Amino acid sequence: MLNIILIILSGIVVGYFARKLPQVKHVGSVISLIIMLLLFFLGVSVGANEQVVTNFSTIGLDALIISFGATVGTVLCAWLVYSTFFRRKGKNS
Amino acid sequence: MKQSLIYLLLFALGVILALWGHIPDVLLKDDISKWILYGLLFFVGVQIGSGKNMFTAVKRFGFKIALVPVATTVGTFAGAALTSLLLPERSLIDCLSVGAGFAYYSLSSILISEFRGAELGTVALLANIMREFIVLVFTPWLVKYFGKLSPICAGGATTMDTTLPMITKYSGSDYVVVALFHGMVIDFSVPLWVSFFLTL
Repeated sequence: MLNIILIILSGIVVGYFARKLPQVKHVGSVISLIIMLLLFFLGVSVGANEQVVTNFSTIGLDALIISFGATVGTVLCAWLVYSTFFRRKGKNS
Repeated sequence: MKQSLIYLLLFALGVILALWGHIPDVLLKDDISKWILYGLLFFVGVQIGSGKNMFTAVKRFGFKIALVPVATTVGTFAGAALTSLLLPERSLIDCLSVGAGFAYYSLSSILISEFRGAELGTVALLANIMREFIVLVFTPWLVKYFGKLSPICAGGATTMDTTLPMITKYSGSDYVVVALFHGMVIDFSVPLWVSFFLTL
């Protein structure tokens, strides 16, 4: 897993020094293309994996629960930070 | 939104082709996607390194802007940790790894499926797509009841692209800088948090 961090850091260093090159503008499109390719591969491994196919509804429900929990937790923290530091005093909104 | 649809369609196409058995065995080998993934991470790094300096936004709003991504991270991990109690078959670490996608579903699902298998990878894909969807649909309601920061924090890594138009509309243009800064910080933290949880 250290590889991951090293690869990202080397990318950041390269990106910083290459930031004035015109080719850097295309990095976003390269990323989208690679993601498309990898999501297709992920789809293939999902479709080829019987355990995932038979449990798809459980997987969907688990995803919904985790997503809901994470979002509610985040919204409550955001509300706390907003009402403590951001809301202008003397206003109720 | 259009790009999200293309992503979903390609994922679905992969599933359907594999279900029909039209996939050559070569594609099922793990090594290829691992090397492509490393290439992806390198380019994600290049994008971060070449991006506009996020510290200019900090100067404008002062230190409190830094509290926004902190709120997002703390809230997400607290919420995801609590859901592991509701899901006895998922470990705390699994729930935290899925939560650490912060709606950046493409990168997080790919990382998780590479190291924990396609099953948890699919949970991550769906959970993080749902998170983006929640923000796209419920932003007006979130702003009304939980303040202008709530769609920004809920939007996670997407607040610098897909959910930015909704946030601009309902939180107001004052918060665009906050959303951009927040999106950049969270975007950057996704691969780090996910790989951190995967090492545990």
